[in-house]
Amino acid sequence: MRDAVGRVQSVLLVGGSSEIGLAIVRGLPRTESAVVCLAGPDRPDMERAADALRHEGVARVEIVDFDACAPGGQAEVVATACADEPDVVIVATGYLGDQQLAERDPEAAARIVDINFRGLVPVLVGIAQRLRSQGHGTLVVMSTVAGERPRLANYTYGAAKAGLDAFTRGLAASLDGSGVRVVVVRPGFVRTRMTAHLKPAPFSTTPDKVAQAVATAIDRGSRIIWVPGILRWVMMVLRHLPESLFRRLPG
Amino acid sequence: MPRRGAGDASAHGPQRQELLLTGWGRTAPTRAVVARPASADGIDDVLGGSGARGVIPRGMGRSYGDAAQNAGGVVVSTQGLPGSVELDSAVGRARVSAGTSLGKLIDYILPRGWFPGVVPGTQFVSIGGAIASDVHGKNHHRDGSFCEHVREIDLALPRAGRAALTPDGDAADAFWATAGGMGLTGVALAAELQLRPVTTAYMCVDTTRTADLEQSMRVLADADATAQYTVAWVDLLSRGGAFGRGIVTAGEHAAPGDIDQAGTEPGIAVPPNRRLASVPVVPVRTGVLHPGAMRLFNELYFRRAPAEPVRGIEPIWGYFFPLDVVGNWNRLYGRAGMLQHQFVIPETAAARLIPMVERLVADGVPIYLAVLKRLRDASGPLGFPIRGWTLALDIPAGAPGLREALDRLDTAVADCGGRVYLAKDARLRAELVPVMYPRLDEWRAVRDRLDPARVMRSDLDRRLSLVAPQSLT
Repeated sequence: MRDAVGRVQSVLLVGGSSEIGLAIVRGLPRTESAVVCLAGPDRPDMERAADALRHEGVARVEIVDFDACAPGGQAEVVATACADEPDVVIVATGYLGDQQLAERDPEAAARIVDINFRGLVPVLVGIAQRLRSQGHGTLVVMSTVAGERPRLANYTYGAAKAGLDAFTRGLAASLDGSGVRVVVVRPGFVRTRMTAHLKPAPFSTTPDKVAQAVATAIDRGSRIIWVPGILRWVMMVLRHLPESLFRRLPG
Repeated sequence: MPRRGAGDASAHGPQRQELLLTGWGRTAPTRAVVARPASADGIDDVLGGSGARGVIPRGMGRSYGDAAQNAGGVVVSTQGLPGSVELDSAVGRARVSAGTSLGKLIDYILPRGWFPGVVPGTQFVSIGGAIASDVHGKNHHRDGSFCEHVREIDLALPRAGRAALTPDGDAADAFWATAGGMGLTGVALAAELQLRPVTTAYMCVDTTRTADLEQSMRVLADADATAQYTVAWVDLLSRGGAFGRGIVTAGEHAAPGDIDQAGTEPGIAVPPNRRLASVPVVPVRTGVLHPGAMRLFNELYFRRAPAEPVRGIEPIWGYFFPLDVVGNWNRLYGRAGMLQHQFVIPETAAARLIPMVERLVADGVPIYLAVLKRLRDASGPLGFPIRGWTLALDIPAGAPGLREALDRLDTAVADCGGRVYLAKDARLRAELVPVMYPRLDEWRAVRDRLDPARVMRSDLDRRLSLVAPQSLT
């Protein structure tokens, strides 16, 4: 149970080696006997992350193999990953892919959509059902501002995240009154391994800042957050720019 | 014997409903199926047909934390049951249905010359809730807690019928596991209470203003030697030399002669039980209370009490239940809600109380209301009281740094053999429960005998691993 001062007993991270996801896990106040479950495709990375978490005092870390691209079997994955009655579930699976390759290779484009959106849908449905039946919990889903208006540099990724974002908001509405809360997180450019090869965009941020913002959002019961917060207003303007003007913007 | 309905109005609600529930502190909402059976048999049915996430009873919802919540499971309300009070005036015993509130009980028995043996700070507590939390009041140093005045509890056991529990005899351990058992031994259906004879509906109250926390403690301890009811309101927002200044009140039930002297009407004429106002939902996260405003309120409240000790007459309602005149006062704290943190430390550690409170204030915790009281030892294995000092603190739940500050306090309290009151808790660390409640395993064993299938569960239980020890495997 999450207590009155926001401390959690059990956390599930889908995208178990995600830098942002792990930063969010670390940023949540937890009990001394807290359990963290990491679910993702890259076991060696998750083992390393698990060791680090144990070293930081997490009482128990579980690892569950989960591949968003795998056909079927997601129901069992969800059941195993949710075995410890998670107070907070973070879905931080993200795959930027190569936009230029995706324009030539249909498989590469489909893979971006699979990992960022299609493969997560059954998992989100499964997790939502679990949280609904346990009567409490917070679902945190990593979206991106790139989903708010497609840009040439990463529109396949942006489109997939836009799908995830829309699906999550609908799911949130369906969970109204269930005791389950949903937080959609729309960060700008976050400096991580995934973006190490790119030039930081304006208003870039860090995994720790995202983690801080998420912890605050959970405390306050916010439904959608932008990180940094100013991006909410920046994107509000950008969404309404005429296409001709938008395309001429740098980046 | 006379019979009388209580709480009939709520008996017409739907029998099963999915609801988001919180405690009185309005923190950590969770969803449950709330069943509201209209009969005791209906309670048996709910207990018999519960799912994997179990059942917990709920009365008036006045526990501050999550004691009467059960996320994803069933919460069985006692408020749909027909209310009844059967009074045996000859011996001052009343058989009261569990959903009946103390207020309704007093309404019936006070004009007939009786008063409950123990009442907490609000009349909006059901008999079942008073048993489950084994509530205490201003006379704890004299008369002990609520269950020490209970002669029998009718308990509905999950999947095992009913039991009539008495405080002594063969089933005494089941009685004392139920007293303060946080509703986790079964659902109380009714109880027989030993009442106290009174001759008026008024209290004789000595009021003494104190200059600081040290003096507040001293005056309170002195008052305990002579008065039946004592309590100290202390101001923990004041700074410097005035830190912990307060008002100590020492009360006795007034005799008809006392009232004549004060010019009030004689006899058991009961003054009106008034509710002056009700607070609407405050759509602000942090509510309308702020340290500056509360500091001003405290100043005025302190100044209102005469500088020299005085004796006065007060109606019984206002004396015991001062906050009840404002309905839904918990909404003043806004969406973020409030914590009431109550702890007790043994008499031998009394000298540590002031440093503990000073540390809490130095950590920046805004304490809007603080009540100091001396207790005697508890009887049950999960009983809260210890012979010593208890402090109940009202704190806005959204206060920054609260988690760490209260954790530090818990550690200090546990170190000196003290404990935190489970009925009000919303944030204790599970690890400290066996330290603070050394008879926890004894309670678990009796509880498991009453409910081997572990049907009785609650959010409090899950958070603190009360029913089953936490495992790290």
